[in-house]
Amino acid sequence: MAKAAAKAKSSAPASRPQPARAGDNSVSAETLKKHYRDMLLIRRFEERAGQLYGMGLIGGFCHLYIGQEAVVVGMQATIDSSRDAVITSYRDHGHMLACGMDPRGVMAELTGRAGGYSRGKGGSMHMFSRERNFYGGHGIVGAQVPIGTGLAFAHKYNDSKSVSLTYFGDGSANQGQVYEAMNMAALWKLPVVYIIENNKYGMGTSVTRASAITDLYKHGEAFGIPGEQVDGMDVLAVRAAGEKAVEHARSGAGPYILEMLTYRYRGHSMSDPGKYRSKEEVDRMRTERDPIERLKKIMADRRILDEAGLKALDAEVRKIVADAAEFATTSPEPDPADLWTDVLVEARPPAMA
Amino acid sequence: MSIQILMPALSPTMTEGKLAKWHVKEGDKVSSGQVICEIETDKATMEVEAVDEGIVGRILIAEGTEAVQVNTPIAVLVDEGESVPSGPAAARAEPAPAAKAPAPLQPAVASPTVTVAAEPEAVGPTVKRTVREALRDAMAEEMRRDPSVFLMGEEVAEYQGAYKVSQGLLEEFGAKRVIDTPITEHGFAGLGVGAAFGGLRPIVEFMTFNFAMQAIDQIINSAAKTLYMSGGQMGCPIVFRGPNGAAARVAAQHSQCYASWYAHCPGLKVVAPWSAADAKGLMKAAIRDPNPVIFLENEILYGQSFDVPQADDFVLPIGRAKVERPGKDVTIAAFSIMVGKALQAAEELAKEGIEAEVINLRSLRPLDTETLVASVRKTNRLVSVEEGWPFAGIGSELAAQMMDLAFDWLDAPVKRVAGLDVPLPYAANLEKMALPQPPDIVAAAKAVCYR
Repeated sequence: MAKAAAKAKSSAPASRPQPARAGDNSVSAETLKKHYRDMLLIRRFEERAGQLYGMGLIGGFCHLYIGQEAVVVGMQATIDSSRDAVITSYRDHGHMLACGMDPRGVMAELTGRAGGYSRGKGGSMHMFSRERNFYGGHGIVGAQVPIGTGLAFAHKYNDSKSVSLTYFGDGSANQGQVYEAMNMAALWKLPVVYIIENNKYGMGTSVTRASAITDLYKHGEAFGIPGEQVDGMDVLAVRAAGEKAVEHARSGAGPYILEMLTYRYRGHSMSDPGKYRSKEEVDRMRTERDPIERLKKIMADRRILDEAGLKALDAEVRKIVADAAEFATTSPEPDPADLWTDVLVEARPPAMA
Repeated sequence: MSIQILMPALSPTMTEGKLAKWHVKEGDKVSSGQVICEIETDKATMEVEAVDEGIVGRILIAEGTEAVQVNTPIAVLVDEGESVPSGPAAARAEPAPAAKAPAPLQPAVASPTVTVAAEPEAVGPTVKRTVREALRDAMAEEMRRDPSVFLMGEEVAEYQGAYKVSQGLLEEFGAKRVIDTPITEHGFAGLGVGAAFGGLRPIVEFMTFNFAMQAIDQIINSAAKTLYMSGGQMGCPIVFRGPNGAAARVAAQHSQCYASWYAHCPGLKVVAPWSAADAKGLMKAAIRDPNPVIFLENEILYGQSFDVPQADDFVLPIGRAKVERPGKDVTIAAFSIMVGKALQAAEELAKEGIEAEVINLRSLRPLDTETLVASVRKTNRLVSVEEGWPFAGIGSELAAQMMDLAFDWLDAPVKRVAGLDVPLPYAANLEKMALPQPPDIVAAAKAVCYR
């Protein structure tokens, strides 16, 4: 174990956030446009979800991803979604869209309709897609971490050379089961990348008030897991770090931790009064660090998209979101008989005699 | 085109709120994301952001207004140069929620139905096997049959099992499929669930079910509920197994029966074998089952020998009880180690002229109510026996089921024999007193026979 730790340390020293890669010409114009579009889709989708929540069309808990878009879009670009697995917590709409799941099905699940991914039975926090290798959508803080590690276990067992991207937040980072999972992942060299989306607050408790060691990328050190801190507001920095981490896991070298320094603009959930942080702090992140504006500027500097091009992209995204909302508000509610299905694989509605 | 801004719901339970403050006035230009007003709910004051761009054409609800109902129009946004419509009704309202379908009528007691295969006719020769060997044989046969089946848990491999249930498996199947885990129940239960989602068929051994309390979140919240929450996409074929209930003199933390805990939860199957034949046939069924199965073994039974069919592929259906001893005067329903105690009690009762019918439940969820009702229709009396606590126990469920399904056939109230309602004591005499013994069952049976 000591040997593994030493090796990990030398091969992947922990690094600080990289500067913005405005001058980085290694990424093609088409790729940049795609990242921009994918982030914009999540942003607009979430804004619309917030609006539908306000109208009472979405119920229960609804955790918006606005501000964190660069993390999932940058990471998704590093994997092969036809075989690599993705799993996350309850702040999951962005991950599903990034995995290529249909915005209509996601939005219709938020509204609890038959056309939703879980046919209306899961809601915002519980959606899955075998087709897109998305394994949820988990409502218990940290529970997705052992499960994501188990997906990596299955990859290794089947010798499939696939990896598992296991996302969790700074709030989960103190859960006991996270460390149980990390220990087994390192012990058995499982192909898993742990992506800690550090948005600075677990609900209303700041990282500094919750973690004894606030550099969360160091949280795997006890198990010899290499970690790295990444500017999660820069899609290109995320992507570059992700490529390295995924390659590490895929090569059989075991788990890797990426701590994404990111920020959520909205509350923890819709009913968050936001008293634990200042309005100035939120405004500053929005105006100075916004991942979408940042990429927009890079594209402008490289003359990739002009004003008309941006408008066209924006219109395309708005159309997708409007269509998803239309579908989600007109799709019928689930059939009452569905109340009884899917409890067990072979379960059927009881005789209503 | 003008757009109505509606009073938003800001929490799952909010129905109305106070419009505390407007941050904009009529004629102001607003952009998406801009804070336009503050709303006070019973929990907090929240800022409301504009979703659409436009100009505030009219404010419909003045600041300071209390008890504004959710979805009431509070302002109208118009495009630049557009005139303000005369009344709120003229503005384009966002789509209203679809009409709710009438709530389905719920039967008083109902569960999703599962078709349970008939029990195979006992065929061919049998061989003497301990429960321990039967469990091992069942796992080995299924591992030979299906390469996606693997066993993980504490001390299952090199130690050969804390109770020697996995003896020889490491040798035959290797370290890839027989895996020693760190002492980390929550972690490896969750890892097993992930492996099941990923297409494998894990058998997760808990050294005892007492330790599975560390892992119960993953068992219930992840393994049992995900199929439902995913609309049927994400099944979890996994077996959680290990000894359950009291052993001998291991005190309160190592002696609890979890039958009613797990049987309570939809999405799980729960079995509790008594004999070696039960153990083998049900274990093979559990491994093949596409659902999560809780497999409750018993440490004291591990060393007991029974006849086990030698047939190549002896599988028992989950959901079928077995009448171990027919009788006409009183039904005694038991599971796991209590089946043996019930049979001893039946011997005693026979000496006094009472013919007890002993039912080995074998499966607690689904529960074979058909066999129970058929028996009670004959005997008109039921005694339930379990090692666990009486309060909200399996016996309570049996009593309730009989009220629903066989009320007119009962000649006496259902009687529960259960462990005493105390943490299990260590002292030999107290431990014996706290657990059901054959004389307790005899007394209960005589009581319901009014003898």
